[in-house]
Amino acid sequence: MKSEKLKALEAEAIGIFWEIASEFRKPVMLYSIGKDSAVMLHIAMKAFRPGRLPFPLLHVDTRWKFRDMIAFRDDTAKRLGLDLIIHVNQDGVARGIDPIRSGSALHTQVMKTEALKQALVRHAFDAAFGGARRDEEKSRAKERILSFRSAEHGWDPRNQRPEMWRLFNTRIAPGETVRAFPLSNWTEIDVWEYILAEDIPVVPLYFARKRPVVRRSGAWIMVDDERLPLEPGERPELRTVRFRSLGCYPFTGAIESEADSIAAIVAELKAARTSERQGRLIDDDEDSSMERKKREGYF
Amino acid sequence: MATGGDLLRVLTCGSVDDGKSTLLGRLLHDTDRIFDDHAAVLARDSRRYGTTGAEADLALLADGLEAEREQGITIDVAYRQFATPRRAFIVADTPGHEQYTRNMATGASTSELAILLVDARKGVLGQTKRHATICSLLGIRHVLLAVNKIDLVDFDRAAFDRIAADFASFAGGLGFADIRPVPISARHGDNVTARSERTPWYRGPTLLDHLETVAVERDTSEAPFRFLVQWVSRPHGDFRGFAGTVLSGTIRAGDDIVVAASGRTGRVARILGPGDERDRAGPGDAVTLTLADALDVTRGDLLAQPSARPTVADQFTANLVWTSDEPLLPGRSYLMRIGARWVPATVTMIKHKLNVETLEHLSARQLRLNEIASCNLATGAAIAFDPYAENRATGAFILVDRFSNATAAAGMIEHSLRRAENVHIERLSLDKAARAALKLQKPATIWFTGLSAAGKSTIARAVEAKLHALGRHTMMLDGDNLRHGLTRDLGFTDADRVENIRRVGEVAKLMVEAGLIVVCAFISPFRAERAMVRAMFDEGEFFEIYVDTPIAECIRRDPKGLYAKATSGRLPNFTGIDSAYEAPERPELTLSTAGTSAEELALDVLKRCGYI
Repeated sequence: MKSEKLKALEAEAIGIFWEIASEFRKPVMLYSIGKDSAVMLHIAMKAFRPGRLPFPLLHVDTRWKFRDMIAFRDDTAKRLGLDLIIHVNQDGVARGIDPIRSGSALHTQVMKTEALKQALVRHAFDAAFGGARRDEEKSRAKERILSFRSAEHGWDPRNQRPEMWRLFNTRIAPGETVRAFPLSNWTEIDVWEYILAEDIPVVPLYFARKRPVVRRSGAWIMVDDERLPLEPGERPELRTVRFRSLGCYPFTGAIESEADSIAAIVAELKAARTSERQGRLIDDDEDSSMERKKREGYF
Repeated sequence: MATGGDLLRVLTCGSVDDGKSTLLGRLLHDTDRIFDDHAAVLARDSRRYGTTGAEADLALLADGLEAEREQGITIDVAYRQFATPRRAFIVADTPGHEQYTRNMATGASTSELAILLVDARKGVLGQTKRHATICSLLGIRHVLLAVNKIDLVDFDRAAFDRIAADFASFAGGLGFADIRPVPISARHGDNVTARSERTPWYRGPTLLDHLETVAVERDTSEAPFRFLVQWVSRPHGDFRGFAGTVLSGTIRAGDDIVVAASGRTGRVARILGPGDERDRAGPGDAVTLTLADALDVTRGDLLAQPSARPTVADQFTANLVWTSDEPLLPGRSYLMRIGARWVPATVTMIKHKLNVETLEHLSARQLRLNEIASCNLATGAAIAFDPYAENRATGAFILVDRFSNATAAAGMIEHSLRRAENVHIERLSLDKAARAALKLQKPATIWFTGLSAAGKSTIARAVEAKLHALGRHTMMLDGDNLRHGLTRDLGFTDADRVENIRRVGEVAKLMVEAGLIVVCAFISPFRAERAMVRAMFDEGEFFEIYVDTPIAECIRRDPKGLYAKATSGRLPNFTGIDSAYEAPERPELTLSTAGTSAEELALDVLKRCGYI
């Protein structure tokens, strides 16, 4: 059974899908494979049933996603008959950008931020749905449901439109785009309680299992394949860990946990003392790094 | 961190330094929403930016953007969540600076309760009154008056009572359902989530107690049924559903409904999901309705209960909160979004501006950023609505600038204007085509725009003379024959220029109705007004001719000596000197006057308009 709050959040998100699908010429859903994307996709399917999704999905593949994520993505696309576009920044590949040698900042900039801009321009998408939530991070708390981006895809926090009631100002000039966040008002717990109530499949990495990990910067880094170079003296050990948030694998830390089901995850979160982005090494460079990345066009 | 039952949307507002961000940080902190890693960042930031010495500065938890932490101010609306076992809360944190009133209105538009902060040392200020007025206008019915920094007045009961009484006397006319004053210290936590031993004289609830228990009239299931159609679902030939949100009231399968705008009625066959079929739907539900009858329904239609229909009108009175840097000019055409429809709209009159601190009515010809006024508006098509005081969902709209796409205003409808409801446009038995047929000509407006001394009138006169020679019935409109009569009350401010062009457009339209070819020569410097005039005519009836003479050449010609006066400062608001000229983006014809005679240019115009 869903709580009154979850029902209200679901209805709000469905309304946002209808609005954006109607008001924009060519929307797309940014699908990042994680739990928020899973919920967003599930709600979108509900919004347009018995019809099909009136827009495609886009996955920006940095080529450093966990293998389980890619398998889950392909499975989901097949199971639901989705129109899924996979975009890799080939220019970045040609330049040999990789997170180990290039560092997290450059890798994110080229393979994620630049790649996303490339894909939006190539397909001439004018609106992109994203699964970001206001409770994720401080600069997200100021984000609009409909976030306006300049023709250069930049986000200017001082030049966002006031969002009155649910009356979205959807008018944009040629070249300008918007990002739409149907899950703006959801919290991490809401997401999991909804996954539990609706029985939505998620990537197995969210569940505690024994996995080979090494300890780095206070986080457990999973050794997903041979591409992760081990430092001298480092030896992977098997620990029962799970991921609270999924990103590119050398930057995403696992947490020690016994939560091996959705219900156990909900219970664990209710007692949690750390935030979900805590395992994300890319946000940690500097406290304001998320705000900077967003101004440059990061999701 | 527990999960609440229902969801309450709360607005925090108050003057600069009243402690809004600190209070919000305190609520997040005391309800366990501060995670260890955030606390570590807070400790670091408090040393770097904080104002509380060695203690953690809780305000930094709420001030999200880098720019804000550096300047120590909140510059935008932030939405935060916390939950207790009894309720979940979404809090809109809005800035106290006067210039950010629009952000407060934004936060208020979706909120059910306002926490209004007052500094116990300063009492009720002009800003406090401004915020209370905006809350009231935006339809918030519940106020928690948080008398903050009570520690700094030594927990003095008399100070608290005086502030509560001051506020009550101001807010008496604002229509709040309840006002709950609470003495607090956000910094130290007194009466925020736990009762303070330092205010033994206070017997009311803590701030959080009140938030958890206050009853709001959220449930509008008893109100008349309103449903906004947002998406027409036609996946295959046998299914046609109308997806949208129940804005108020309740609908059951088998109920009768009316399409508000067309007045056509039908019956609901099925109510679908999300996910399942159901027999009823209530406020806030997103569902798909199928109808038993084949009714013409499109996105933006309002479906309603036939026994309690919304008003359908094209003229009405509304309160506007102006949110754009560009001032409101009466007569200028904006785009209005109401529900899921976009219609052209014009403010026909500013009835009065509101002084939000004294509630006095002031006369005004313009409305600037953050000002509030009661205005009359006219829309290009009839719209369905309820007064905002009765229904926040169907009585609200926004105005959008046609050129910058900026959100120019938030509007709340008060009532329709009687004449719009009762006076229908007279169905004339003779029409434009009949009159034009008698004259054997195609009526049109040929509109010349360009700088002063560009050559508009000279070419326009040549055009009129040639048309006359061809046996066409024409009329010339220019400043010379209008400024002495019809528009003699107008000057050259931006507002007056807009009104001037609106009147010219209306006159030209009547003359086209009469079957004439109207030749107009006006500087008409703003794109918005030219677009407004164009919108008055049918397709192919309006020709915008841009006389593109460089300003240097106009200054050289200067037949009336006006540029000389303007550049020496003796003629203010002169286009091209200290007032802008916005060149047309897609005129029907652009004329370059260098080296070509007016006679030759006139022939180009007649060709372009199809008269030769």
